[in-house]
Amino acid sequence: MGVETRPLSTLHERTSYDVADFPVPTGREEEWRFTPLRRLRDLHKGAEADGKVVVDVDAAPEVKVETVGRTDERVGKAYVPADRVSAQAYASFAQATLITVPKEVVATSPTVVTLRGEGGVAYGHTTVVLEPFAQATVVLDHIGTATYADNVEFVVGDGASLSVFSLQNWADDAVHLSHQHARLGRDAKFTSFTVSLGGDVVRIAPSVAYDAPGGDAELYGVYFVDKDQHIEHRLLVDHTTPNCRSRVDYRGALQDEGAHTVWIGDVIIRAEAEGTDTYELNRNLVLTDGTRVDSVPNLEILTGEVAGAGHASASGRLDDQHLFYLQARGIPHDVARRMVVRGFLGQLVDKITVPDIQEQVRTAIDKELDRGGASGAAGAAKQAVRGASDEPGATIEQELDR
Amino acid sequence: MATLEIRDLHVAVEDKEILRGVNLTVRAGETHAIMGPNGSGKSTLAYAIAGHPKYDVTGGEVLLDGENVLDMTVDERARAGVFLAMQYPVEVPGVSVSNFLRTAVTAVRGEAPKLRDFSKEMRGAMAELQIDPAFAQRNLNEGFSGGEKKRHEILQLEMLKPKVAVLDETDSGLDIDALKVVSEGVNRFREGGETGVLLITHYTRILRYVKPDFVHVFASGRVVEEGGPELAELLESEGYEKFTKAGASA
Ligand SMILES: Nc1ncnc2c1ncn2[C@@H]1O[C@H](COP(=O)(O)OP(=O)(O)OP(=O)(O)O)[C@@H](O)[C@H]1O
Ligand SMILES: [Mg+2]
Repeated sequence: MGVETRPLSTLHERTSYDVADFPVPTGREEEWRFTPLRRLRDLHKGAEADGKVVVDVDAAPEVKVETVGRTDERVGKAYVPADRVSAQAYASFAQATLITVPKEVVATSPTVVTLRGEGGVAYGHTTVVLEPFAQATVVLDHIGTATYADNVEFVVGDGASLSVFSLQNWADDAVHLSHQHARLGRDAKFTSFTVSLGGDVVRIAPSVAYDAPGGDAELYGVYFVDKDQHIEHRLLVDHTTPNCRSRVDYRGALQDEGAHTVWIGDVIIRAEAEGTDTYELNRNLVLTDGTRVDSVPNLEILTGEVAGAGHASASGRLDDQHLFYLQARGIPHDVARRMVVRGFLGQLVDKITVPDIQEQVRTAIDKELDRGGASGAAGAAKQAVRGASDEPGATIEQELDR
Repeated sequence: MATLEIRDLHVAVEDKEILRGVNLTVRAGETHAIMGPNGSGKSTLAYAIAGHPKYDVTGGEVLLDGENVLDMTVDERARAGVFLAMQYPVEVPGVSVSNFLRTAVTAVRGEAPKLRDFSKEMRGAMAELQIDPAFAQRNLNEGFSGGEKKRHEILQLEMLKPKVAVLDETDSGLDIDALKVVSEGVNRFREGGETGVLLITHYTRILRYVKPDFVHVFASGRVVEEGGPELAELLESEGYEKFTKAGASA
């Protein structure tokens, strides 16, 4: 049946720790063609580090946190940079944050890494290692402002389970380019949640590699793109071993002139990866005119023996039928619009297992909805919505649970 | 006391005239049945009253207690007391039944009911319609069977307590038990004699449980015949044929 044995896309095959191995991008390259290079403040041209991103870790008691130098042998093992900015970040970071969850240890609370930008250009590196059968939740909360490039490595040992939340809560003028690579051992479980709300240019590239069978990766993303904001997610799931699973579900909303989102979903099922089960999905909800969506799912199957493989991408406007139905029950247009947008993103937000973060993300989405030019009667709608939740913190769903 | 008056209503869809002068008055305490062949414009009438953006009103008026609802937005109409139980209720992903109902009730009543009172009220109404309480947490109409959707339309009717309800083929897709349950819901809504019902149907089945005061035959975008409940029986045995001809030649 004519199964290819090598992937057509060689995009991810060139990897190196050396910046010089990657020419300065011009914007015509496949991997850069959607990114506004002019707004990267020379991150792709070797910008000097002259700023600071302060890393502060609030760790679970069972988890070991270290700040280590460039030469620490545990750093940089899991991931080799695959583009120039990533290589630049690798060549330029001064200290890495190393988080280790010892063998068989179950962390009793999330480990929250706050990365606070204090302006200027900065490079960073974070390595999270889960030893076999460990379990942990790690939050990467990006706040403040910076022009920041970094690499994040997640090493998930055999039978270990890691949940990661990467929150891009940057101030409006931040630029952030990040590679977040997970390597999964036998029967390892990795769940990542990427929430991109703030920043001027945010380009996150989550990737997954499997070292042994039984690995299971779920990658979720929620984003809200405003006026003149560029939010880009580039996913790569590389199935090189048999009987692994992956799920990708990214959803975003866009509003106002110049809002641009890019979603690239590359899934490769190599010849040797029999029994792979994968599905990837990207959906975008366009709330106003003047926005742009580039959504490119790319599934390459090089084996005849898959358990399941599919992809889908859909972008569209708010559905008039939804709005009509809600309005026909007396709900004002703007409140109805919010309900539909919240519902659309909420299906993913509901999967966030850390209540604090779930609440944070919900609130942040509401704020985004408030500031959109799309909501003409935002003030009135806000009041109506508040009216419907007069008892703070309680929802009808919670009441029903009682 | 509520009165819905439809006067010489003309409605077009995508520049095609569908309703060609509908006249009909529903007073408080009255139930009117509308019967007519597929494509005759019954749903168009229902949607036009509710204000669906796809339907252009090209003439006439619809008055609720003397106020022209055609000047109102969709949600204003609902808050004024017009309710449409839809032939094909819309699935809204990510919006739970309970959240939706509470937001709707808040909008229609003008203030948010206390969570506890509301949840009690909702559970009670669901129980009467034999809806599994688990539906409260589900996404609105998503994956509901045809019959479950219709029960939820009546659940909304009972909780929103409008002045006039337009029920567009609420009986279709219901088995006999569900039909009884839904009919009882409509009858509870009619009970006080203060509300009006405009019931669109193809079958006399539901009319045995929800007794109409008037029956209108609809054909080619207008009412072509009016009578009492006996007209429904006649239609069921003889079909619409002679009326469709009358409609076409009128
Ligand atoms: N949204 C629409 N777009 C295009 N045509 C429409 C639309 N809605 C209605 N029509 C047309 O208007 C006419 C009347 O349709 P309508 O749905 O009102 O009929 P109905 O009497 O409710 O039929 P049924 O008994 O099948 O429900 C039909 O010819 C239909 O194709
Ligand atoms: Mg119809």
